[in-house]
Order: sequence, then C-alpha cells, then structure tokens
Amino acid sequence: MKRLHFSLVALACLTTAWSVAAQDDTLARNLVATCANCHGTDGHAVKASGMEALAGADAAKTLQKLHEFKSGVRPTTVMQQIVKGYTDEELALIVGYLARQK
Amino acid sequence: MDDRRRSFIRRAGAAALAGALPTYAGRSSAATRAHVLVVGGGFGGATAARYLRLWSEGLVEVTLVEANREFVSCPLSNLVLAGERELADLSFAYDGLRRRGVRVVHDTVIALDPVKRAVGLLGGERIGYDRLLLAPGVDFAYEDLPGLQAAPAREHVLHAWKAGPQTLSLRRQLAAMPDGGVFAITVPLAPYRCPPGPYERASVVAAYLKAHKPRAKILVLDANAEIVSKKGLFGKAWAELYPNLIEYRPNCELRDVHAATRTAILDFEQVRADVLNVIPNQRAGELARLAELRLVNQRWVDVDWRSMESTSHPGIHVVGDATFAAPAMPKSGHLANQQGKLAAAAILELLAGRSPSPTPVLTNTCYSFLDARNAVHVASVHRYDAGQKTMLPVAGAGGLSVARNEFEAKIAAAWALNIWADTLA
Repeated sequence: MKRLHFSLVALACLTTAWSVAAQDDTLARNLVATCANCHGTDGHAVKASGMEALAGADAAKTLQKLHEFKSGVRPTTVMQQIVKGYTDEELALIVGYLARQK
Repeated sequence: MDDRRRSFIRRAGAAALAGALPTYAGRSSAATRAHVLVVGGGFGGATAARYLRLWSEGLVEVTLVEANREFVSCPLSNLVLAGERELADLSFAYDGLRRRGVRVVHDTVIALDPVKRAVGLLGGERIGYDRLLLAPGVDFAYEDLPGLQAAPAREHVLHAWKAGPQTLSLRRQLAAMPDGGVFAITVPLAPYRCPPGPYERASVVAAYLKAHKPRAKILVLDANAEIVSKKGLFGKAWAELYPNLIEYRPNCELRDVHAATRTAILDFEQVRADVLNVIPNQRAGELARLAELRLVNQRWVDVDWRSMESTSHPGIHVVGDATFAAPAMPKSGHLANQQGKLAAAAILELLAGRSPSPTPVLTNTCYSFLDARNAVHVASVHRYDAGQKTMLPVAGAGGLSVARNEFEAKIAAAWALNIWADTLA
C-alpha cells in the first residue's frame, strides 16, 4: 500500500512536470511564431531571402546574439528594437525551441 | 463590393437562412475531428488556416472560403505602380495551403448562422463548423462619396488599395499621364489599411515620374492633420529626393469626386488631376455585418485579444484589418499574419478544452520604400494587458529607422518572401 501511494505521488509529479513542459513548449512555439514573418516558419527562412536560418541554430549562440541586440553591443536596424519587447525568459524559450527544429 | 452585389447577397442570404441552412446545421455525424472554417484568405485568414493544420499536426480539419483564386500581396504593390515589380511576382495561388490539407473553396459566404454553426455560400454549398474564423478585411465607405456610386466612375477613379486589377489599371493611368500632368492621391481619415502606404505610394511614384516625366507633379491630399506614419522619414525624403515634385496638403478631407473630370471636391476648393487616386474611408468588410458582430464606431470589430474572438460572439474569431485596433496597433499585413497565429493557437487550446494563453504577444514590422533602392521601417511589440484588457505597445521596444537606407530595401524584399511563405506555403 505504501508502495502504491509512492507511485501515485510519483505519477502526479511526473504529470505535473509533463504539463508544465508542454505549456512551455506551446508558449515557445507561439513566441517563435512572432519571429516567422521575417525569419520563416519555425526559423526555416526562405533560402532566396538570404535571411539567416535560425532552425537548428545553437541555442547559446542565438541567445548571446539576442542579448547583444538588447544591450546595443551589436547594432542592427530593427532587431534591437524588437528584442526589447521580450523578457529574458521568453528569449531563452525562443532559442531553445529554434534549436530543436530540424 | 458594389451595392448591387451587396443587396443581392442580403436577399440571397435571407433566403438561405430561412430555408436550407437548418438542414445543414451542426456537423456530419460521421465526422470525429474538429472542423474550423476560415472565411477570407488574406494575410490573416490564410495564416490562421495554415497554422491550424501545422500546429494540430493535421488533426484539425480546416476549410478556407475565399472568393479570389489568387492571393495578391498589397505589400510591394506600390512598386508595381512605379514599374519596379510585376504584379505576377506578388500573386500566389492557394496550392500551398491545399498541400497542407486545407480545403480551399473559392466562393462567397452569403449567410451565417452562429447558433447552428453553419454558413451558406453563393454557389449553394452549406458548410458547418465547430469554430469560425473571419478575416473580412476592409470595405470602402463609398457611401461617403456620391460621385463614386456608379461602377464606371470607380473604373475611372481608382483606389488600387486592394492589390489586383486596380493596381494594373492605375499603373496604366500613370504610364499614360502626360509629362507636366498632376497625379493626385487622397489619403482617408485614420484608421485605414496600411498607415504609411499612401506616403510610400507618393514616394515611389515620384521616383518614377522624376525619371520619366520630370515636369509632372504629385498632390497628396490628406484628410488627416499630418502624415500618419513615419512622418519625419517621409518628410525628409520628399524634401531631399523630390523637391517641387510632391506637394503635401494636410486637413484635406475629400467630400466628393467628379469622376469624369478627375476632380477631387474638398471643403473649400476643387482639385483637378490628370490621374486621381482616391483611397476611400474604410470599415470592416461586409462579412462582419453579415455576422452582426459588435462594431466600434460602427466600423471595426471589437475583439478579445487573448483569443481574437468577437466580444459579442464568442466562438467567432476575427483577425486582421477588420478588427478595432488596440492602442498604437496599425492595420498591417504583418499584424494580420500575427493575429492569424494568435487565433490559431487560441482555437486549438479551446478545442482541447483549455484556456488560451493569458499573455499573448504580437509584433509589427513595416517597411516602406522611398524609391526602388531605399526603404525605412517602423516596428513595435504589443502585449496583452490584463488590467486594461487590450494589447498595449511595450514601452522601450519598437521604433523607426534612423534614416532611409539601401540595406533595409533588401531586408524588405527578404521580409516579403518570408511572410508570403509563412502565410501560404
């Protein structure tokens, strides 16, 4: 009985963890959709556009770039203005989701 | 839509609702998958249809009803007027969406029953749905302009504000205009589709005239008190690139038009032009009225920004230019695409019995060409504010180009390729 009780607790924890992860994934997906107009669906930019492919890009590198846009270290035309609309947590979700795209 | 067609639609719609619709109410009993019906295949509706298929991994059935066989991009269409692009380059069939499993029906909705959840089409088909997404776009308020009531007058005095045949007709008028002629363009009262668009049009047409008809002039007759968008950037470009070519007149609300003589009738004067381009006042497309959705100022659909649902008709989602915009949110193709994705995400959550995200984010980026090689942008990020129950621009984010530049003209072209694919591929 004790063992069963433990299993149920473990199961509940697992379920909670799964649903939080699922929610985060949906949030990341939705945030990445706001990038798609310029960078392609899920980071798959149209080749002929010459935009850098973000799908499958290394998360740490992309995140560093975004932070450099935010701080102004890396000057741009539009990204420095747009990146300021997102929290650091959101940027982390975005680069993680993009890195997982094939 | 002309009045004849609209009144036909009213009559036919009433007949369809009175008779045939109830038979088709609800969904076929064999169907087990949720079915979302999207009406309107512009940037908003097409994007929503595409992402509903993508994000449900094909589990949600999607039907798109769109009258036109081709999507024609308004962005970049001013360059067609300037002879720098072909309209064919901006025109796309809906094959990409079909390949994603969207059933695309080229027809017009003439009846809508939100209780029975079904629509009737002009061609006779009835379509039931679980959730409905409307992307009605804008209609022109021709009732404000008695001189443009008749269809022939509208062939003569063009809007070219929905890219397509009118874009080509206006291009022909400009090409036929004599050197020394006057091109007058009237700007409607805000809000209207694409706030910087009329000024971009004046700019790129000026570039064309400067090269080909150097004695011609452009008159911008603006109903607004000042340039509505990117004011400083347009003002500077006009002074530096087109001195004595573009004349800008604020507070010039168009009262009527004498089409035969291409005369714009203002409060205190009449302006005769060789080519008169009237961009009329605008409101949500007819579909919004057909659905009897709550309108703000009798013009724009009031929506809940967490789901893009009509505030009067939960279950009916509305995206794009037809919506009553949140503060500082322009009516742009970019935002229509973004709203399409917001609505798609919300619809999938609602179909799964969950709540949509309480904190949606939208961005806007809008490029304007000043000539074929130089462009500028305006950008913004908008987040849902639970206290004010609307989207608010994020303070400190967004902004304008510092100056016109060639790099952003290339980025604008790249943006177009990617947003077209994100909407239709």
